[in-house]
Amino acid sequence: MAALLFLEQTLNGLQLGVTLFLMAAGLTLVFGIMNMVNLAHGSLYMVGAFLTATFAQWTGSFVLAVPLAVAGTFVVGLAVETLALRTLYARDHLDQVLATFGLILFFNELVKIVWGPVAIFVDIPAFLAGRVELIPGAPYPVYRLVVLGVGLAVALGLWWLIARTRVGMLIRAGASNREMIGALGVDIKRLYTLVFALGAALAALAGAMAGPLYVVEIGMGDSMLIKTFVVIVIGGIGSIRGAFVAAIIVGVVDTFGRIVPAQLGLPTAIAEMAIYILMAAVLFWKPAGLFAARA
Amino acid sequence: MNADRRTWFVIVLLALLAALPLVAVATGQDYQIGQFRRILIFAIAAVSLDLILGYGGMVCFGHAAFFGIGAYVVAILNWHAGREVPLVGDWMGTNNVLVTWPAAILVSGGIAALIALISLRTTGIYFIMITLAFAQMIYFFFVSLRAYGGDDGLRFDGDTVAFGLIDTQDDMAFYYLVFAVLCAVLYGGRRLVNSRFGMVVQGCRENERRMKALGFPTTRYKLAAFAIAGATAGLAGALFAAHESYISPSIMHWTRSGDLIVMVVLGGMGTLVGPVVGALAFLFLEKTLPDYTEHWMVVFGPILLLLVLFARRGIFGWFGPKDDGGGNGH
Repeated sequence: MAALLFLEQTLNGLQLGVTLFLMAAGLTLVFGIMNMVNLAHGSLYMVGAFLTATFAQWTGSFVLAVPLAVAGTFVVGLAVETLALRTLYARDHLDQVLATFGLILFFNELVKIVWGPVAIFVDIPAFLAGRVELIPGAPYPVYRLVVLGVGLAVALGLWWLIARTRVGMLIRAGASNREMIGALGVDIKRLYTLVFALGAALAALAGAMAGPLYVVEIGMGDSMLIKTFVVIVIGGIGSIRGAFVAAIIVGVVDTFGRIVPAQLGLPTAIAEMAIYILMAAVLFWKPAGLFAARA
Repeated sequence: MNADRRTWFVIVLLALLAALPLVAVATGQDYQIGQFRRILIFAIAAVSLDLILGYGGMVCFGHAAFFGIGAYVVAILNWHAGREVPLVGDWMGTNNVLVTWPAAILVSGGIAALIALISLRTTGIYFIMITLAFAQMIYFFFVSLRAYGGDDGLRFDGDTVAFGLIDTQDDMAFYYLVFAVLCAVLYGGRRLVNSRFGMVVQGCRENERRMKALGFPTTRYKLAAFAIAGATAGLAGALFAAHESYISPSIMHWTRSGDLIVMVVLGGMGTLVGPVVGALAFLFLEKTLPDYTEHWMVVFGPILLLLVLFARRGIFGWFGPKDDGGGNGH
């Protein structure tokens, strides 16, 4: 029995991990390339979830709603970058924290105006609603498996984009020395906008898929945002590979942190604190994260 | 000339704050005294943040945690005293502020020192994130602290008599006590930043490497500054606990830490008096904007953004020479 619980929770942890990775991938690039603290990344997650809920209602299909919401948030990302964030890249971190803190307030309230203050429940599409016995005796929700699969597929796609394409090459170059690639004649502004909007789209995908699992509500991105920070810092700012490894670790630790202490009779306070303790420990030994992007 | 304008500004500000309760009583708006007392308490917390943010260049995104710890220390000691439940051994806690307030200062300062010990190993974005993470840790610790109300918070008997003469239930007397603490913190802070210690900390903000080369153990200086700021925030928290007679983890929510940063920058970073103005302006807007529109945040958010883009010297900064204030030297 304990073994089955362990397997089920491992899958849950992995699924949380890939969701965190979708959030972290965009954010770590923005951190690494633009040297920018973006607190409003969680808002894009929220916008993605709300757009999905609305599109699902209009079209009657969740599967159709997700790409529409991702595209919609991509456009929102373009707008936010060009209107507000672009001027902040050259500023110090404190300015960026303040300005994007303002953006969070703005987005939370805007969503309240458009969608109202009541939380929205999104149904899992019927054909994904069942459970499947991956391991005999332990039926596991199909939808969670799909989330895990999509997350892994996107991670693979992102690896391909960054390691094998020209855009990816520019992104990597930007992460290691942005002045240099600007000097080499690359339109760095367009690259920035593209990277930001790409990150927004990934966050929206994470939000869209999280909708049916949790609940679509105002501020849903905030707790996710802080977990994402933990992931990025553990992984090393600017490193996609670090973000992936750290996301899986954080996802699993967070999931087991909620179960193990209770079973061992330890105070449950550890549950929510586990990932922060992990982060403090990592930074104590490796102040630049596990996979520091720059030497 | 400009320095004079600033001095006058401070004098007028403090005089207004001192006269405020008398005006409130004279115009029959006694309830305002409590409102402004709350603002002054947050002002103390904002000033303490300015010590490390403005003068030390340390962007601490978890300052509300120290505020909360101070508040909880007072709340828990009072709660035990009120319920007569033993806290340690057969000691029932106490509501004597001569014990509870120093305890709040010591505990929050001590925890701040511990956090700084690890956080100061990092810089830049990492520092922002790790202070945020520690604050979250503390927040969730109190959320899950069932014995003291957990998420619902802790209500306790607030019949505290400060120093045997000031009843914190007396609106006016407690207001002046808070005002006196604020003045003391401003004065102490000014002495501190102009001392040798303060100069070293400011030197670290400008160029830590050079300070190291000059032979200063910079981390030790920054750690001390961080602990002092945490302890002062704890004192503000202790006042807040006495003010509310109720405390909940929500005062440590990470957005509260963001609010404190906003107050500091809005008022003028690295000026000590600026954060007082910032706290007044911020909490005033928070109070009045909802009267105009329920969705005031949709206005307030972009205001913050514009503030950063175009007016980063803050309100108090406008009253000074161009090359002064705005802690980062630009």
